[in-house]
Amino acid sequence: MTKTKAAAAPPPAPKPPKAPKPRAAGKTADEMGKQQREISVSEFFTKNRHLLGFDNPRKALLTAVKEAVDNALDASEEAGILPEVVVKLEAVAAGDGPPPRVSDATRFRVTVVDYGPGIVRDQIPRIFAKLLYGSKFHRLRMSRGQQGIGISAAGMYGQLTTGKPVKIISRTRADKPAHYFEIQIDTKKNEPIVLEKKEIEWETHRGTQVTIEMEGRYQKGRASVDEYMELSSVSNPHAKFTYISPEGETKVYNRTIHELPEPPKEIKPHPQGIELGMLLRMLQDTKSHWLSGFLSTDFSRVSAQTAEEICKAAGINSHKRPKDVVGQDAEKIYKAIQATKLMAPPTNCLSPIGEKAILAGLYKQIKGEFYTAVTRPPSVYRGNPFVIEAGLAYGKHPELAAAEAAQQVKAPLAEGEKAAGEDNELARVMRFANRVPLQYQQSACSTFKAVLDTTWKNYGVSQSRGAPPAGPMVVFVHMASVWVPFTSESKEAIADYDEIRKEITLALREAGRRLGVFLKRRSKAHDEYKRRNVFELYIEEVVGACKRLKGGRFAEERLRKQLTEMAKKLTGGEKTDALVDEKSSPHGLPHSIIVTAEGVEGDVPSDVPPPAEIAEVVHEAAAQDQQAEAKAEAVEDKPAKKTKAKKAKPVKKAKPKSKAKPVKKKGKR
Amino acid sequence: MSKSRNAAVSKKLVGLADLVIASAAKKKDPVIQIPVRSLSNVSFNEKKGFIEMGSTKQARTFFNMAMAKKFMQTMLVADALNELQSADLTTSLREIYYRTKHTMGDSHENTFDDQAESDPVIEDLEVSLAALREEFHVRAENAGTIIGPVVFEDDGDRVDCAKLGKGGYSVPSIVEEEYLKIKKCSADFILLIEKGTQWNRLAEDKFWRKYNCILLTGNGQPPRGVRRLARRLHEEKKLPVYVLVDNDPWGYYIYSVVKQGSINLAFESQRMAIPNARFVGLSSADPEKYSLPRNVGIKLNDKDIARAKELLNYPWFQKKHWQVEVKRMLSSGLKFELDALANKDFQFLTNTYLPKKLKEKDWLD
Repeated sequence: MTKTKAAAAPPPAPKPPKAPKPRAAGKTADEMGKQQREISVSEFFTKNRHLLGFDNPRKALLTAVKEAVDNALDASEEAGILPEVVVKLEAVAAGDGPPPRVSDATRFRVTVVDYGPGIVRDQIPRIFAKLLYGSKFHRLRMSRGQQGIGISAAGMYGQLTTGKPVKIISRTRADKPAHYFEIQIDTKKNEPIVLEKKEIEWETHRGTQVTIEMEGRYQKGRASVDEYMELSSVSNPHAKFTYISPEGETKVYNRTIHELPEPPKEIKPHPQGIELGMLLRMLQDTKSHWLSGFLSTDFSRVSAQTAEEICKAAGINSHKRPKDVVGQDAEKIYKAIQATKLMAPPTNCLSPIGEKAILAGLYKQIKGEFYTAVTRPPSVYRGNPFVIEAGLAYGKHPELAAAEAAQQVKAPLAEGEKAAGEDNELARVMRFANRVPLQYQQSACSTFKAVLDTTWKNYGVSQSRGAPPAGPMVVFVHMASVWVPFTSESKEAIADYDEIRKEITLALREAGRRLGVFLKRRSKAHDEYKRRNVFELYIEEVVGACKRLKGGRFAEERLRKQLTEMAKKLTGGEKTDALVDEKSSPHGLPHSIIVTAEGVEGDVPSDVPPPAEIAEVVHEAAAQDQQAEAKAEAVEDKPAKKTKAKKAKPVKKAKPKSKAKPVKKKGKR
Repeated sequence: MSKSRNAAVSKKLVGLADLVIASAAKKKDPVIQIPVRSLSNVSFNEKKGFIEMGSTKQARTFFNMAMAKKFMQTMLVADALNELQSADLTTSLREIYYRTKHTMGDSHENTFDDQAESDPVIEDLEVSLAALREEFHVRAENAGTIIGPVVFEDDGDRVDCAKLGKGGYSVPSIVEEEYLKIKKCSADFILLIEKGTQWNRLAEDKFWRKYNCILLTGNGQPPRGVRRLARRLHEEKKLPVYVLVDNDPWGYYIYSVVKQGSINLAFESQRMAIPNARFVGLSSADPEKYSLPRNVGIKLNDKDIARAKELLNYPWFQKKHWQVEVKRMLSSGLKFELDALANKDFQFLTNTYLPKKLKEKDWLD
């Protein structure tokens, strides 16, 4: 992607003498040569912005927010800080003058603030204004961003469409100054140009604030920034989000999980997960002196013995210098690797969201009556370990359902009409890769295909051919991997590898089975009630008919009473009531929550942090900064971190912690 | 209808209410016994020549989830039918449906969702109370036409079916003595034609005048009124009945319904069936006899073949010539419509086919 082919073309061959009169059309190789030059990444981007998710103004706004939030979350987590992110969108006038109406606005200011670790001064320009710069591409570690294109691309998009620089404020600790930068990118050289830098006063003790002014369009609904915030809070229940929409509305998404996810570990690439080009580069870059040493140290799952075997199989001296292994030899090594039996890559490097947190996320955002979550054991595709997680939220919250029923006009149904509630809305599919919501290209995504392929009818949910299941339902699918295979650079859909699809399908089936059990129990209970109800209704009709047939000459009340008693006896009376209640408990359904009109059962999250964790709300007081920093350091020191996490485990019931609230408020500036 | 008869029917309907009240008093589940209307519960009485209903009954109980609604519906329909009796009105199946449809209590559930639910309930009551639909004052649409030398009295009006142009008289659905009187009849026989189009052909050609017969059609499967009228003319005026239908399994079945009665209404056979009715055509032997070209035939489809095989198993199709007749159609693989006779000549049916058939007594019994 960095250079065009023309730039690498061989020098032009000597030409025959020029014709006296060059033709009007057609150029000489010389003339053409003058036009052939290197194209920088940045230039390439300006012409191919759609590859990175900036194809239209509405999507560009979303992509910018997304990239900034991804970075904020990644940085906070890596530093061991519970993330807290503020996103603010403002409509701004294209020229001077008052800001236009939000729906008409074509220019927006995107501000994203995090209270994470901050960025050291010298790195700021390159992080925000150099494409393909970052810490993530060079290692195999599960993270939201992968290539280091995101935030600088957003900045460049802003620069291209409005001419305004990216503004950054960052501070690494309370006793250090906050740095303010205005940066642009030199699109030819792919280098940052610092327009302004100074130390400023900043009320935030630690963290980073990015402001990008850019062309955009704001519209709610599918694939909007609003939806992104909602989805992010589902997949990151340990993060607190504050979203200020262009209309000035503030939405706060509180934490429901008060511990950080297990930090993912970095792993070396698995030899069977790389391509020949990557192998060639690694051969050049390695510090090893011998080929066998290179194989066993730069890759996972290759022992010294296996390395020897590979060299032998390829017919290449294992003591050869890696730098000299090129062309044919490298290809032989590559083939030998593919033919060798190797252990699957380690899978402990992944940090899935976890069943409890998925439940918490779904429960917080979706008002349903049944929730369940499944985390699959790790698996491997093309040498890359991954974990699939699935979740379901089903039904209408009893309060909502009651409100809806109250609103409904009690009109008798005409022939061919359906009762309300039998509407055929389709399930919503929420897709995530490394906790990042995927909002475009749903139908190209492996997760969506797996949802379509699952036979939901087996679990009591209706489904038409080739469509997602129908009903008040949200399907959640998450893929965690050191390398998520996307169908394009804009990271919108997960590529459809067999191994991945299989895992998604298995996760969905397990979640579906639990839903099926729940629905069966519920309908059983429902049927019992209905049965009695039905008899009550029919008895009225039969008594009425008898009354008319008899011309009113009989004891109407007595007949009604006799029939009602028989009905009650038949449906089991109070015994049934008790039975019905018992059946609706979540007993036997792991990792599930059931909401009934009587209350909530299961592993219900709380959005009030347990007292032990008040200290972790780090940005609030300078005094706590030190503590957090000690904690950030502890990330490297794994055992230390682990004990911390265990201690911080939240208690289930929220009630006793009501005292914690005022303390927290007082702590705010 | 006479008051006494009204009272008798009304008594049967009110009896259902008494049944419910009596059962409830004894804390017993109310039960209505309904004779089963299916092939398994009919038998062919060879001596009488028609289909009779067996004695198998189905108990319809109230306190059974699967039957509760049906039971409730049965009571509602009985109530509506009784209302007709007291008001001395007649009505249609569809009006019964609308009359009994309402939302129950404060639910969203309707007593009936569509007419397909209420129609069978009326038939259930007919069989279980041994009453006729006419006695219930429920009529069907007038789907039949008659023309020929016969005079009726309908509601005091004199109807001379020989003086009704080529349109004929529309056969009412209730043709009992009380409603329709046969004043005069000089015809020699009745020709019952499946299709209205062929009936029109014969009426236009004044076939009935030339051969002194009555032309009757039911536009497909003849409705009760048409069958009952044919039976009355057959019985009271001693007229032989000839049936003219398409040459396909459905045509054969129409003939058999006229002759032996239908499976569904087996309980009415004794006053509907005409065991002496004869089948004049189209026979599967006719295409050859009348040299109809093969290309005016229609290939039998899977449904036709399956239906024909069913017919072969019916006890009343066991006569040898009928087995031959149906098997011949199956082996030819073709069916022929009456209309196909027009291939020879527009008036082939009137001038050649029927005269020859009648002259040669070329019919099946």
